[in-house]
Amino acid sequence: MDSQLPILRALEASDPEVAGRISTQVVSRRSALKAGAGASASLGMALRIGSAPVALAAFASEAFGQTRLPAVVVNVLNYALVLEELESRFYIAGVAAGVVPAADLTIFTTIRDHEIAHVAFLRNALGAQARPSPMFDFTAKGAYADVFSNYNTFKAVSQALEDTGVRAYKGQAPALRPYKDILTAALTIHSVEARHAAEIRRLRGNFEDTEPFFEGWITEAQTDVPGAAGNYAGEDNTVHAGVDATTLSYTPAVTRKEVTEAFDEPLTQSQVIALITPFFA
Amino acid sequence: METSQQHDGPGREPASRRDFLRAAGLAGVTLTVGSVLSGCAEGVTQPAGLVARAATVSGNNITLDFSQDVDVLNYAYALEQLEAAFYVTVVANAAFTSAFPANEQRMLRDIRDHEVVHRDFLKAALGPAAIPGLTPNFSSITFSSRASVLNTAQTFEDLGVSAYNGAAKYLKRNDYLTVAGKIVSVEARHAAAIRGTLNGNRTGSFAPNAFDPANSPTTVLMAAQPFIVQSISATNV
Repeated sequence: MDSQLPILRALEASDPEVAGRISTQVVSRRSALKAGAGASASLGMALRIGSAPVALAAFASEAFGQTRLPAVVVNVLNYALVLEELESRFYIAGVAAGVVPAADLTIFTTIRDHEIAHVAFLRNALGAQARPSPMFDFTAKGAYADVFSNYNTFKAVSQALEDTGVRAYKGQAPALRPYKDILTAALTIHSVEARHAAEIRRLRGNFEDTEPFFEGWITEAQTDVPGAAGNYAGEDNTVHAGVDATTLSYTPAVTRKEVTEAFDEPLTQSQVIALITPFFA
Repeated sequence: METSQQHDGPGREPASRRDFLRAAGLAGVTLTVGSVLSGCAEGVTQPAGLVARAATVSGNNITLDFSQDVDVLNYAYALEQLEAAFYVTVVANAAFTSAFPANEQRMLRDIRDHEVVHRDFLKAALGPAAIPGLTPNFSSITFSSRASVLNTAQTFEDLGVSAYNGAAKYLKRNDYLTVAGKIVSVEARHAAAIRGTLNGNRTGSFAPNAFDPANSPTTVLMAAQPFIVQSISATNV
């Protein structure tokens, strides 16, 4: 798999623009690697995480120079950082509080550790331009008062955070499109958030995969999470790139419900910020 | 017509292809081409800016040009054809209801429906630029075996996620990039569900890494090739 590629091959597949910047800084790619691997904390971090796109993104930030990261990239990565700080601190606190029963601990420590890795990646990519983490109120001003003592509440809030995280990353893809290595890195996080969301949704239904709430995917704009209707608003959209997917004839036949499940929908930054603002202390 | 580009030379067919086609409803792939095209004629709005097919189709060889957005979508269309055909065959197998408990049947039927939607949606979005219907070769899969099906499903879903993640950077149009994003997260949801079902729902299998792979089209097509009769390659990657 590409994720196991040696860093040399990974860099050969790098964005030509970034490769060009690297080549102006060092004599050869091989010496760039040598210098990078020896001197760069962020590249080393990325390598330990073990993903070629992540290594590329970390290297890209060095190639751009952290003070020369394009403003749009800084904006999007800091936006992602707030979401990842929220998630990582939520799971750190929840696991520490003992709200997760032993049988499910592996699920939530896995997710927690992924979110911690996402935070580390984003902070490394942003360098000095990373914003400090906000302070959080995980009860969302009392809406989820028992979030760290009632496992059902904890799982419900987890699901809403993950499904919303998927929508948040998806909404930023167009903004990152000119910065191909950063776009790719963001997408490799985006799909992991979707894996988390699917696992928690299924867990909430004890892995019986019952619709509409406890399958891995989102049916229409439906949710049983209290106060989270806005997090799912618009998930029932059926028009994609100008094609209304409900007007097509499918073989075998498919109902509207499955059509809506087959596509996840983006949210804008302002929509997401409004949704998570109750979690800011 | 697209159908004329399907190459069913007897030397190329898996022995069980005819049975497979019947089971999968894939004899209908050719019919689907017609029905979707007529669906377009009935008023599906074509995205602006689509050109005639960019892919080179010569005999059983299809070359996708990744400098063209339509061929990035054709790449997705090829993979969705593969996935849809796989799950259609899974659910149609006579042993389906005995090999899988009820909850797993629900899950697999849903995934089949999603992949059929992805396939037929992409075909409609591509319109005349779509590559021909592909002929799957599932001779290595035992469809009556839960383990064989779930292992293959895991391979296909993880491959699909890595394919979309790796191909997004070739897209020049924001609306196509967004569509790819709408689909890839659903593939990731499938991957998580299949992985949990196969390897243990209360393990970390649903997301084996903090960062998913983003594989190159060349890597993905090499992995997918054994399951497709036609030969698909990528240029400008």
